[in-house]
Amino acid sequence: MPDAIAERETSAEGGAHRSRRHESAHKHVTGAAAYINDLPEAPGLLHVALGLSTRAHARLVSIDLDPVRAVPGVVLVLTAGDLPGENDTSPVGKHDEPLLAEGHVAFHGQPIYAVAAETREAARRAARAARIVYEDLPAVLDIETALADPVLVTPGATMQRGDWAAALDAAPRRLSGTMAIGGQEHFYLEGQVALAEPGEDDEVRIWCSTQHPSETQHIVAHALGVASHAVTVEVRRMGGAFGGKETQANPFACLAAIVAKKTGRAAKLRLDRDDDMIVTGKRHEFVVRYDVGYDDDGRIHAVDMLYAARCGYSADLSGPVTDRALFHADNCYFYPAVRLRSLPLKTNTCSNTAFRGFGGPQGMLGGERVIEEVAFATGLDPLEVRRRNFYGIGERDLTPYCQTVEDNVIADVVDTLVARCDYAARRATIRAANAAAPLIVRGIALTPVKFGISFTATQFNQAAALVHIYTDGSIAVNHGGTEMGQGLHTKIAQVAVEELQVDAGSVRVTATTTGKVPNTSATAASSGADLNGKAVQAAVRTLKDRLVTFAAEQYGVPPDTVAFLPGRVRIGNQDVPFAALIRQAYFARVQLSATGFYKTPKIHWDRDAGRGRPFYYFAYGAACVEVAVDTLTGEYRIERADIVHDCGRSLNPAIDIGQIEGGFVQGAGWLTTEELVWDAAGRLRTHAPSTYKIPACGDRPRVFNVHLLDNAASHEDTIFRSKAVGEPPLMLGIAVLHALSDAVASVGGWRVCPRLDAPATPERVLRAIETLRA
Amino acid sequence: MRDHVRFWLGSSRQEVRGIAPTLTVLDWLRGPMRRSGTKEGCNEGDCGACTVVVVRPRAGGGLTWRAVNACIQLVGQLDGCLLLTVEDLAAADGTLHPVQQAMVDLHGSQCGFCTPGFVMSLFAMGRDMGRDGAAPDEAAIDDALAGNLCRCTGYAPIVRAGLASIAADDAWRAEAAAIEARLRALDDDEDVVVTSPAGRFSAPASVDALAETLLADPDATVLAGGTDVGLWITKQMRVLPHLVWVGRVAGFADITETADGLEIGASATYSDAMAALGALLPDMGELLRRLGSVQVRNAGTIGGNIANGSPIGDSPPALIAAGATLHLRRGDTRRSLPLEDFFIAYGRQDRAPGEFVERITVPRPAPGTRFRAYKVSKRFDQDITAVLGCYAITLDGGRVTAARIAHGGMAGTPKRATAAEAALIGRTWDADAVRAAQGALASDYMPLDDMRASAWYRLRVAQNLLVRLHAETTGQAPTRLVGAPELAHA
Repeated sequence: MPDAIAERETSAEGGAHRSRRHESAHKHVTGAAAYINDLPEAPGLLHVALGLSTRAHARLVSIDLDPVRAVPGVVLVLTAGDLPGENDTSPVGKHDEPLLAEGHVAFHGQPIYAVAAETREAARRAARAARIVYEDLPAVLDIETALADPVLVTPGATMQRGDWAAALDAAPRRLSGTMAIGGQEHFYLEGQVALAEPGEDDEVRIWCSTQHPSETQHIVAHALGVASHAVTVEVRRMGGAFGGKETQANPFACLAAIVAKKTGRAAKLRLDRDDDMIVTGKRHEFVVRYDVGYDDDGRIHAVDMLYAARCGYSADLSGPVTDRALFHADNCYFYPAVRLRSLPLKTNTCSNTAFRGFGGPQGMLGGERVIEEVAFATGLDPLEVRRRNFYGIGERDLTPYCQTVEDNVIADVVDTLVARCDYAARRATIRAANAAAPLIVRGIALTPVKFGISFTATQFNQAAALVHIYTDGSIAVNHGGTEMGQGLHTKIAQVAVEELQVDAGSVRVTATTTGKVPNTSATAASSGADLNGKAVQAAVRTLKDRLVTFAAEQYGVPPDTVAFLPGRVRIGNQDVPFAALIRQAYFARVQLSATGFYKTPKIHWDRDAGRGRPFYYFAYGAACVEVAVDTLTGEYRIERADIVHDCGRSLNPAIDIGQIEGGFVQGAGWLTTEELVWDAAGRLRTHAPSTYKIPACGDRPRVFNVHLLDNAASHEDTIFRSKAVGEPPLMLGIAVLHALSDAVASVGGWRVCPRLDAPATPERVLRAIETLRA
Repeated sequence: MRDHVRFWLGSSRQEVRGIAPTLTVLDWLRGPMRRSGTKEGCNEGDCGACTVVVVRPRAGGGLTWRAVNACIQLVGQLDGCLLLTVEDLAAADGTLHPVQQAMVDLHGSQCGFCTPGFVMSLFAMGRDMGRDGAAPDEAAIDDALAGNLCRCTGYAPIVRAGLASIAADDAWRAEAAAIEARLRALDDDEDVVVTSPAGRFSAPASVDALAETLLADPDATVLAGGTDVGLWITKQMRVLPHLVWVGRVAGFADITETADGLEIGASATYSDAMAALGALLPDMGELLRRLGSVQVRNAGTIGGNIANGSPIGDSPPALIAAGATLHLRRGDTRRSLPLEDFFIAYGRQDRAPGEFVERITVPRPAPGTRFRAYKVSKRFDQDITAVLGCYAITLDGGRVTAARIAHGGMAGTPKRATAAEAALIGRTWDADAVRAAQGALASDYMPLDDMRASAWYRLRVAQNLLVRLHAETTGQAPTRLVGAPELAHA
């Protein structure tokens, strides 16, 4: 067991900094945890399925739906012309994302029509039955083609500082190159699903597996042509999301709602896995071009990088995603002079979207490639090059977007890791051993992570909560965040328990619903606990203030002698059970319900100028990975991974370690076996787990050590001085790619940088090996 | 004749009649049975979220407890079993099963959607632990969980939970004898035919009845494990009006060791055959370990893997290299042929309408023969092969006296590398011989590009694997990243 889980049982039972179990763990293991598709189905419920485009880019000449209607059980067929409201689900107001295709299709798999039927089988069968005549148009399917005549889905960004052009020219040495970075399918185990029940007048109630209930509510309202107050969206839990349900859930909620309102019957849209993978967006694929000036000591003088992204047919969140790539092109490194540019390219593929890290991983991967190139060019240990270019403390601390790095602990993180994993000795051993073992070679790499915490759109950095205390002393907590497995509700309950020192069992975090907390932000950007924890704390503190005032008056003691202790409240020199005080407060007509609100301080961002303080703080980590590679086939194994990660003062060490282990493996999958393949017709060929390979159990590192950075209280006033942990660990997986590169490079005596692109499938690794051998 | 299937679901006896022949166990559980703990993750047997446990009496006494994917099992296939789902594991008073408790205590669930499947896989694994007293280790858990995908945890806490709980005693140990009695009481020798407006599900009880059924309806779909037919139903939405399941045919899953080798009945699952094949040809056992997952191996059959003629099935190339013979039957007519002759072209096999696979003979290797099977795929576990190289190479005094080489993934059928074989036979087994055979492979095959691998990769890997074969048969250098190390130099 990771030592931190055992070590940190120091605070009050069930409160902050304790390794409380996931609030639903008992229900998970017994099958009692209900996901949307497990909810009881109302009598007469209709099942909805989607008819998809079989062309990448084409004019819709005609659509014959008679064969669809002829399938027994079909009740309703919808095309673009049948929609009651706006035919648009763009989350950023660009009106470029129709719910159902109108006039033309822009990617292979785009929904053209929806079928509602008495059974799911009938709906699925009917959804394949339409006779559609297309007139093909030229399709742009990949980045290289798109770069020849770039069309952008949203304006790109530029961040620059210093005279980068002059600094590049003046640098003692200079190199340039290109890196291709693949996308990633979310592969949440629970596919997209929405259930709608019609209400009175224009009301509709929706249960949807969404990370962003408020946005789902707003977009459903537009699609129905009704006010937001008519639409209620609820989600108790998701079976995984990873960014794939931040905007991507919306169209399915819309269609379920439209069917429900048109038929007066409940309607459920649950995608089959293949349709889910074909229709919904993924992590953005990038091509990164870099030009770097450096010196013989491996110090970077200037960097010029272009990040070109395959965004798909619409903007979706590609603007902020490509921005965040630029925000992380520096990773932990100070660039004395720098220009970073993004190109969010339009292509005839599914519209790429949020995915854990939100462009940051791709940005960081480009930056790490630059480091690796410099290391090979200078013959230095890549770790030494990394250290020489780390941000300083009080100097060399300005990012390309002109935020000063004020909380830099990366040297401490890396030093701790180097010592724990015995990096230097193992590297020497591996290099010697490779010379004697020609078929199986090993590689090792240690890469750092610095990840900016906050939504870069400043307005999203707000959260609200609604907390009720009932007269029996039990407490219902509602907040705007959603539970997707990350343990948010567990941490939120810990915040309430910590504040009130009540028994853990007396706090219930209820399902997220737009009816209780309005205008919420997506549970995204690693912000769930930071924002909602503070909002819940604010609500609970309001209640505490009322109770203290009441107790002081009731018992005739000064307010500063009232204290919330485990299970009781000390009032002057007597202890009163919490529930008893609540009952007294009720009879004294004290309001026992409160809202709380939080907005992140200090942050601001001017995108046009490319400068500001977009991030409240940074989260740090580092991973050291050792791999073994079969030089005959390119197959590989992760033999060992050691991680040191900064969670501040962890709210829940067990949950945070779970995020780190899971994030690392997910990041490793992105960079190794998870390959998205589209054919020449623009058809996704890897649309199921049989063809798209996320890591399996045996792919986790054979030795896997995770350590939380000691004495790591957040520099900023975060919730109990903890730090966000959702996204940063994914980027620890970058060490796997670099370890593979190190192993491959051994074939050429470490003289040539293998320039290994991602994902480094066995085939790509073998190609790199054979190139070095040629 | 029986017009229904009968089995136990937890503690309730079920008689199911009048169902569509294609009704899956998952849809039946989540629909009429209102058991929603079993999840649909992929509907193609690849993610394990729908894992349930099928308990059957073991030949010679005792029980088998097998994890299977409910999404591609059909209700008809449950005849005679005890089906357990995640709802069955906790005690009546709510006390969690040790596996469940360990998953809770060691933080083995995050989003929880895959969790019931993991719990059932670990539970099934624990049954075998109890039987032979084996202590769990991480490699065994990796194998047991290769068919369960988790996207949240990175698996580490699940493996910790498995290590902590699998061997723990539980109420099921004491219950086993009663379960066995209950299941043996379901045994009969009736042919089963379940009819509904959607079609017919036949489960003949004898091989003669099977032959008759297929002769009477040569268009019927033969169903063995369902790991392929299941996808025709869930993904291709094919209309299959008559399914003939071979799983009830008496003696059809028998595996017999003879002086000459092994006789494998057509409905023997990979799991049934793994130990015997591994004893005969150790690397065949290693190949089967990586074929599909526990859930797939518990359902899928070697006979089905051959009969469906897939160019990427893993057992045919290995059996071809081993020199296997296929035995077919139609009505009362039987014939036998070398396995490689069965595969005519992509999608076409030498099987007449109404004809079916009865058994496979795998001969004992000649003295001096080294057998190797190298599966190369994007992911080690539960992945469809990009290239499978299988070799039976007989060495005498450093010279190659016989060679049978077959590949999967290199052509439209499992296919022998006759040019490469010819290049080797009679030669000294050295680097020059390897180079000659590598060159010959380029004339043996013209592989294709697809999402698994390019033509370049397939040919290059097939050529490189000869280097591995040479290294393993002549030296001691490490050659393998996975599997038991001793297999490399056996």
